[in-house]
Amino acid sequence: MRVAVLTFPGSNCDYDLYQAVKQVGGEPVWRWHRDRGLEGMDAVLLPGGFSYGDYLRAGAIARFSPIMEDVRAFAEQGGPVVGICNGFQILCEAGLLPGALIRNESLRFQSEDCLLRVERTDTVFTSDYAPGQVLRIPLAHAEGNYRADRETLDRLEGEGLVLFRYVDESGEVVREANPNGSLNNIAGIVNPAGNVMGMMPHPERAMETLLGSADGLGVFTSLLASLATAG
Amino acid sequence: MSDTTVSEPRSLKPGLVPPRSGDPEITDEVVTGHGLSAEEYERVLRIMGRAPTFTELGVFSAMWSEHCGYKNSRPALRLLPTQAPWVIQGPGENAGVIDIGDGYALAFKIESHNHPSAIEPYQGAATGVGGILRDIFTMGARPIAVLDSLRFGDLDSPRVRYLFSGVVKGIGDYGNCVGIPNIGGEVHFDRGYEGNPIVNAMCLGLMKHEDLITGVAEGVGNTLMAVGARTGRDGIHGATFASEELSEDADEDSRPMVQVGDPFTEKLLLEASLELIKSGHIVGIQDMGAAGLTSSATEMAGRGGTGVTIDVSRVPVREEGMTPYEILLSESQERMLVVAEQGKEDEVRKILEKWELEAAVIGEVTDDGLFRVQESGVTVAEIPALPLTTGCPTYEREGIEALEIAQLRDRELPEADAPERDLSEAVLTLLDSPNLASKRWIYNQYDTTVRTGTAVRPGGDAGVVRIRGTRRAVAATTDCNGRYVYLAPKTGAQAAMAEAARNLVCTGALPLAITNNLNFGNPTKPHIYYQFRQAVDGMAEACRIFETPVTGGNVSFYNETDGRAIYPTPVIGMVGVVEDVDHVTTHAFRRPGDAIVLLGVNTNELGGSEYLYAFHGLVAGAPPSVDLMAERSLQQATLEMIRSALVCSAHDCSEGGLAVALSESAVGQEKPLGFEVRVDDPIAPVPLLFGEAQGRIVLSCDPDDVEAILEIADKHGVPAQSLGTVREAGDGLVIEAGAHRVHVDTHAARQAFTRALPRRMDQTLTADSE
Repeated sequence: MRVAVLTFPGSNCDYDLYQAVKQVGGEPVWRWHRDRGLEGMDAVLLPGGFSYGDYLRAGAIARFSPIMEDVRAFAEQGGPVVGICNGFQILCEAGLLPGALIRNESLRFQSEDCLLRVERTDTVFTSDYAPGQVLRIPLAHAEGNYRADRETLDRLEGEGLVLFRYVDESGEVVREANPNGSLNNIAGIVNPAGNVMGMMPHPERAMETLLGSADGLGVFTSLLASLATAG
Repeated sequence: MSDTTVSEPRSLKPGLVPPRSGDPEITDEVVTGHGLSAEEYERVLRIMGRAPTFTELGVFSAMWSEHCGYKNSRPALRLLPTQAPWVIQGPGENAGVIDIGDGYALAFKIESHNHPSAIEPYQGAATGVGGILRDIFTMGARPIAVLDSLRFGDLDSPRVRYLFSGVVKGIGDYGNCVGIPNIGGEVHFDRGYEGNPIVNAMCLGLMKHEDLITGVAEGVGNTLMAVGARTGRDGIHGATFASEELSEDADEDSRPMVQVGDPFTEKLLLEASLELIKSGHIVGIQDMGAAGLTSSATEMAGRGGTGVTIDVSRVPVREEGMTPYEILLSESQERMLVVAEQGKEDEVRKILEKWELEAAVIGEVTDDGLFRVQESGVTVAEIPALPLTTGCPTYEREGIEALEIAQLRDRELPEADAPERDLSEAVLTLLDSPNLASKRWIYNQYDTTVRTGTAVRPGGDAGVVRIRGTRRAVAATTDCNGRYVYLAPKTGAQAAMAEAARNLVCTGALPLAITNNLNFGNPTKPHIYYQFRQAVDGMAEACRIFETPVTGGNVSFYNETDGRAIYPTPVIGMVGVVEDVDHVTTHAFRRPGDAIVLLGVNTNELGGSEYLYAFHGLVAGAPPSVDLMAERSLQQATLEMIRSALVCSAHDCSEGGLAVALSESAVGQEKPLGFEVRVDDPIAPVPLLFGEAQGRIVLSCDPDDVEAILEIADKHGVPAQSLGTVREAGDGLVIEAGAHRVHVDTHAARQAFTRALPRRMDQTLTADSE
């Protein structure tokens, strides 16, 4: 399974994504933002980091990168696309996912482990999790505060497009578990077609207990399994 | 005072250079304004065989500043051991490098940005991180971790809170953007740092042995290229500025000397530089750091035994009309000087273009040993290169201990015999001290997990980073208790070494080498030079006994405001290797029912303690004594226990004493635990519970393994005693000390420990961000 890992100027989690794909048996392929074409790719990953230094607004410049046209076409054809952290921000800026990520409520960069509840397990990104499973995953961002207008939010909730939510240990959606002020404690969403997913926390940093948690594995094994079935 | 330079390096005499029109005339005032003494200027005249031009004077001033020239430290630094079979690159390069096995080498270094951070905390600290990252990746190593060692005044001052929050944000924003995990460090708050904070940043980088490259200008005819950001007017004479005392009004006047960082460009430069080095098209590379183009060019020529010619009109600049003087001394950030193989200039340019950066040919390597600067082909400076880098006059001064410090040390200490307060309350108060409390408020602002290698995050005894593809990990820590060094410099420096080594072994790592950042006051004052010299002596001895040579570092003098010096603070950045990631150990108790064992000996030493500062506002008494041989045995014993899989947790017992060390192991984790211990040493309760005796480690282990642990301790001649048991959180923190009993509610302890920094900082955010 060939999985493209994009690198924008300023991406810094591309290496981690590359390793994560390799760990679950996929074949990661580097793609520089000026390279064109995603032919032969089975999935596309947009990494975290600070594309263009987060200048102007996180993801606001990277969405104009040449490869984003190909990402859009790839997504429209139903190819799975995952954006993590800055990748999520870029997908929102590009209009591939609804809403926006604004500055954390604390007005500070936040780096810590968070707890996420898996809201759906019938997607290609979450099929290896149990319904309602609580995951321990690191997050590290300054602009992770998910916002959307009322209508969009109602649609997200109504159509079950929220994939991950910040929760406490018992799996409850509470204010104290919300690290950044996101509406409805939203940590990750999926598009209505179910093939484009964005999340702020970093599952690729939770791949082995030596580093604190292996709860992120499921995102990558789910994806690989779906590709194997699709292929 | 004696001038110890052996001989002036030989070199060609420079040719005649007519003054550049528009440049100021060289007068006594201009010379003094450049920080050169009359004697030093005499030496300039001898080297040049004529009067220097204004541009040349600027070059001498920067290169012979304390910051670049090490003129007051070099003779003493020669005392430090620098060799071991695993040392690949010792002092003198951008960073030290050691072998860590499996074909890998570790580059590491620490550097200060104290002066800029005192003026403009955010940019000062940010550019400090930028500079140390560049020192690492110019060696061919990919940065894998940063640490920061910080000192500020007490947090009740709004100014201190402003400096502290600005520095933390600066460090965070820069490192986070580049994507290098912050794995630890330390911070102390004490009025001794009120006007002059300390900001030291350390970086570790990983490389394969064959990727090592150095900053050498080799190969006559090879091409000098300026790479990365453009050169602007920022930071001109930063090196000279860093070599002076600060004054009350330094704020306004000095701000233009502080550089501005751009971590996004740094990230691109990092990737481009590593790609350049891999490409084989370049022979040398160096950061344009302190003293900018001047120091990078002359140091590279000095190391290569060559000369260089540069035409400043070919250097890409940010603004029109910059003079050669300004271009040579600008400290604009994110720039590199590269020596490319002749004929490979286009290949170099292509790599830089891919990363959306500029590369410009600005000169070439020559064989005449001269640093020659031209402006559109007209020579404006011509100086023998070697005397610039090695000919700086050095001074070995006389040191005398200040009388008042000897008096402080001999002073009788309160509560040394009988406590004057409730001891349980005292534990809570100490856990709420910013010096002992959780530093989570800081490291929550740092990305600690990017690059997926961090096995022990900040908050532990040392940070640990796994090396992918091997069983190994590297561990690093920074340590120094400035109070100890202030009260007794030699002992204090040894305590810093000992604590650093204990911190490493507590995570399961064998200490291998150090980098040091020697932060002191004005060395021309005898009592400051005394502190410096004593500290270096103490450090040298500890380096030899621990077999941890110095591979490089930084000296920061003139840390004074209005004549008041900081506590002498020789920060030790120590690195080690964990042979097998299965050995990685943390400070936190793991299971109720585990046994608690103390390695080392409790003493009645209370001097220099946090207890005295917290309750009496006192920095006094003799700091705890250090027995280096006993420390070494303790390190070996602890490592053997960890490698034998006997240890569940290991924690260095230092600041705050035994009571605080135990409490940290219990409540310094998300799911706190309790404990119940008994200590029967015939020592008064305050020194017993809160004295900071060195050479102690608190372990926890399966009760069945206590015997094996005591046996290993005995084999190494390390005193050890079983103290008690890890309990459920609900059982509280309980210490029986003779007739005294400490009982602290676990939740209250956890609250004190975790809320200490937020409750002081968060209330003031609005005021700070004005």
